[in-house]
This record gives sequence, structure tokens and C-alpha cells, in this order.
Amino acid sequence: MAQTQDTVGKDNSILTNVGMGILYICLIIVAVFQIYPLVWLFQFSLKSNAEVFGMSPFALPQEPRWENYVRVWTDGNINLYFFNSVWITVVSVLLTILLASFVTFAITRMNWKLNKLVLGLFMVGLMVPIHSAIIPLFAFFLDLNLIDHPLSIILSYTAFNLPLTIMILLGFYYTLPREIEEAAVMDGCSVHRIFFQITLPMTTPVLATTAIINMIYNWNEFIFVNTFISSDKFKTLTVGIQNFIGQYLTDWGAIGATLMISIIPILIAFLILSNRIVEGIAAGSVKG
Amino acid sequence: MNKVMSNKAVIALYVLPAFILIVALIYGPILITGYYGLMDWDGIGEMTFVGLENYSQLIQDGQFWQSAKHSFLLAFFSTLSLVPYLAISLILAGKIKGSDLLRKIYLIPMLLSSVAIAQLWVKIYDPNNGMLNSFLTMVGVENPPSWLADTNLVLYAIFVAILWQYAGFYIIIYYAALKGIPETLVEAAKIDGANPIQIAYKIKVPLISGVIKVTVVLAIVGSLKYFDLIYVMTGGGPNGASEVIASYMYKKAFDTFDFGYGSAIAFFLLIITLVVTWITRKLTASEDEVQY
Repeated sequence: MAQTQDTVGKDNSILTNVGMGILYICLIIVAVFQIYPLVWLFQFSLKSNAEVFGMSPFALPQEPRWENYVRVWTDGNINLYFFNSVWITVVSVLLTILLASFVTFAITRMNWKLNKLVLGLFMVGLMVPIHSAIIPLFAFFLDLNLIDHPLSIILSYTAFNLPLTIMILLGFYYTLPREIEEAAVMDGCSVHRIFFQITLPMTTPVLATTAIINMIYNWNEFIFVNTFISSDKFKTLTVGIQNFIGQYLTDWGAIGATLMISIIPILIAFLILSNRIVEGIAAGSVKG
Repeated sequence: MNKVMSNKAVIALYVLPAFILIVALIYGPILITGYYGLMDWDGIGEMTFVGLENYSQLIQDGQFWQSAKHSFLLAFFSTLSLVPYLAISLILAGKIKGSDLLRKIYLIPMLLSSVAIAQLWVKIYDPNNGMLNSFLTMVGVENPPSWLADTNLVLYAIFVAILWQYAGFYIIIYYAALKGIPETLVEAAKIDGANPIQIAYKIKVPLISGVIKVTVVLAIVGSLKYFDLIYVMTGGGPNGASEVIASYMYKKAFDTFDFGYGSAIAFFLLIITLVVTWITRKLTASEDEVQY
């Protein structure tokens, strides 16, 4: 770094410094724009209505009202929606990753003629807009008696996330050495044992990346739940908070607390796994 | 080796579950959408075949074209917004301190649900107690607009929320691509006396043109598909001023139970998405992918 600065800006280092200063200010303004609305959300989630309507929106809460969180958690059904989001997300992520790993293994490791064609069919799925499928999907689940059943959203999440998951896995599988698997075949290992005991464990890093990306998508998904699920007992957070806010339109503290509860798990995951998330997003988009 | 790894039964066992799932839930439905578009159907009762009636209705439907106009406007602005994203990424990738942290801060909104983002921005735009108008009043603006209730401003107000949501996404993509450029190329240009702006313009940007092309497609196609955010923020209102193709389709199908007409719109959306993807790729195609 020091070296490049020297070669570039030997003659006009003041100009370079001023330039750098301006650039930094721009970058920081963008950062404030990106982060401040969330800080503001956190602030009003701890306020009473009197504070929201009577004082400046930029004022700090006089005394943080954590009871807003407690109140929406139990009275507003948010606990139920939260646990629905958790288990539906977990089941869908596991199913997606397992099925995608099977497919990627079969395509990259096993010998068959149609593998490129089948891979292509999976990849075309990346381009299909969900909205173009939603009406027939609704009719299909209606026929199967799966409307208002969590299986309808779990299967939809899995199907629509498979192409992206396979694409991310594929890049990793291609770089994975085959020698260990070949040795295992020599030793008389069955395909299933090779897959479950050798290959799958070797792909743990990329599985973590796909898991976190899938988790974020499923946790945030709205249109499938909104269309397929009608009873409260199966609703997830996105649709749940939407209903909740419809009922508590003017209770800013309650709305803020609900929104915070819905985004906290994502923020925690991000704090722990930000590198994997960044990697997954970069890998998942560019090659499309 | 070959025998074990060519076992047809195992291949079928591994591939078929996922394959059946995508055929049943993705490919089947998008084809059936086109078929339903030829029907008059309320979702529950009997279907009646009406031929191209839904599609001819679509062509004459002023509300639909207004929604389509909004979708294309959003696509246009989203594409324009790629320029500042690229500029920011060029700065971030230029070995500056803290770029890792900044990138991560930029990305945070993208990880949140569109529902949460929409509800947050509804509060930001609240005419009386929202962050924006309070700020504007503070700096001396009299009678600041009531953003989401203003038919002239609502689409732009939504677009700012979209910017907020996706900025980090594109910056991450560009940054990753820029980091993939070999140091030696940049160093060579420096030795030849190129300044940072020339290096950015003439070397870095052309080298990542493939990625830029992909992001243009993503921005356009993504905009044509916008739904959640707008549906939650304004429901397409006021008076259709922020209606887009997907939200109009959803309303027709699931609010007024006109599944046939909704399917015609959905099929149109699919075709338009595919055509736009194809055109964008053609228009932005360079003679050859730049190799390095």
C-alpha cells in the first residue's frame, strides 16, 4: 500500500490526500444511509406512543421500553410466527442441501450420458420468475389438499432454491480432488458410503455457505406463505408481522419491536458468518 | 471404478427426487400458466376455454399498461443506479482501509425481508412522525410532501427503498469481480504512467464487462419482478400510481379471483422476462469475453 501511494502520488501528495478524504466522506455517507434507518428502527422500538407522537423522531428513548418486545412476543402471536419461521426454514434448508448435494454428486462424480442436459435443466430454473408459477402452484396444492399446510411452502422453497444451491455446490465439487473417492472405490466402497462418509464431509465449507444463503432466502420469503397459508398456526414471521401491523397501525413501539424481532436472527447470523454470506452472494450471482 | 460410479439405479435415486420437484413445482407451473391464460376461471369452479380473450383484454387494459410502465421505469432507474455502485466498488477495491467493514455495512439491508424493509420505510416516509419529513422540517422545508400518498412521488419514494435494499448486493458482486483482476495488469499500467481514473476506466471496467452484463440483466429482470416491497409498502396505490406488473397480476388472481386473467398477465411477465434477458444479453454482448 505505502509503495503504490508513493509511486502514484509523489508529486501531488496533498492533492491525493484531499482526494482520498473526499472519497472517504462519500463512502461514509453511503454507510450512514445504509445503517441509520436500522438504528432509528431500534430507537422507536423502545419508545412509547407519547414519545413517538410528541417528540422529535431523532430523540433517544427516554427510558428504553423493553416491554414493547415482551408485549408483542406473547400478545401479538409473534412467538408462534417466530417458531414457525425457525422450523420451516431449518427443514427446507436441510432438504434443499441434501437434494442438491445428491444431484451435484451424481452430475460431477458419476458417469452417465445425460448429465450435462440435466444440469442445464436445473440451471434454467434460475431464470424463472416465481410470480409466473404462483397461480398453477396454488391450484396444484389445492388439488393435493396442501393449501394451508406447511408442506406446500417447504416443497416450494426447496424447489426454487435448488438451482442456486446446485450452482454454488458445483463450483466447489469441480475443485475437489477425486483421488480419495477413487481409492475408496478400489477398496470396494459402495456409492452411498462414498457420498455420505467421504464426499459430503469434504464439502462442509460450501455447505455452510449454501445453508446460510438458503436460510436468509427462506426466512425472508413472503409470497408463497402469503398465498398458500391462511391459518395463524402455520404463518411465518414475514406474513405474521404483516397481519400484526395491520391490526396495530398506530402503535409504533409495537411495530418497531416486531420488526426488530424479525431481523435480529439475520443480523446475528450476519455477525457470525458475514464472510460466508458475502462469498455465497458473490458466487451465486456472478456465474448466472 | 467405472462400474460402481455408473450404477444407473443410484444415479436415478440421487437425481430424481430433486428433478421431480423442479419439474412439478417450476417447469410444470410455468407451462400451465400459459394454458390457464386461455381460460375463464375463478380458481374454484369450472374452467371455460375462452381462447385469446384474456390476452386481447390485456392489450386494451389501461391499468395493465400503467403497471407495465412503472415496472419499466423501475428497471431503467435500477440500471442507472449500477453506475454509482460500480464507482463505489472501484474505490473500495482500490486498497483502501476499512473496505471490508464498509462492504459489510452496505450489504446489511439486502439480508432483511422485503416486508420488514417496506414497513420500515413506511415509517420513514410517515408524513407527520417519520424520519424524513422531520429532518426536512428541521432544515427549514415548509410543507414537505406526503411521499407515499403522493401519486407523483410514490414510485420514486419506493425506488429509494429499493436502492437501499440492493446497493450492497451489486457492490459485493462488482467488488468480487474487481478483486479477481490480476495485480500485474494494474501494475503494468501504473508503470506506463496511467492515473487511477484511467486505470479504472480503461483497464478495470473492460475487464469485468462480463460481470457488468450479468448485473444489467439482474437489475432489469429483478425490477420487472418486483413484488413484495411494493405490495407491502403501498399495495400499488394510491390510485394505481405504484402498481407494477407482478402486483397487478397478484391482485387480479388472488383478490378478485380472476385466475384466467391473472395467468395471462403472469405468462406475459414470463415472456417479457425471457425476451428482455435475451435482448440485454445481445445488446451488451462484446465481441468476445475479455480474457486475462
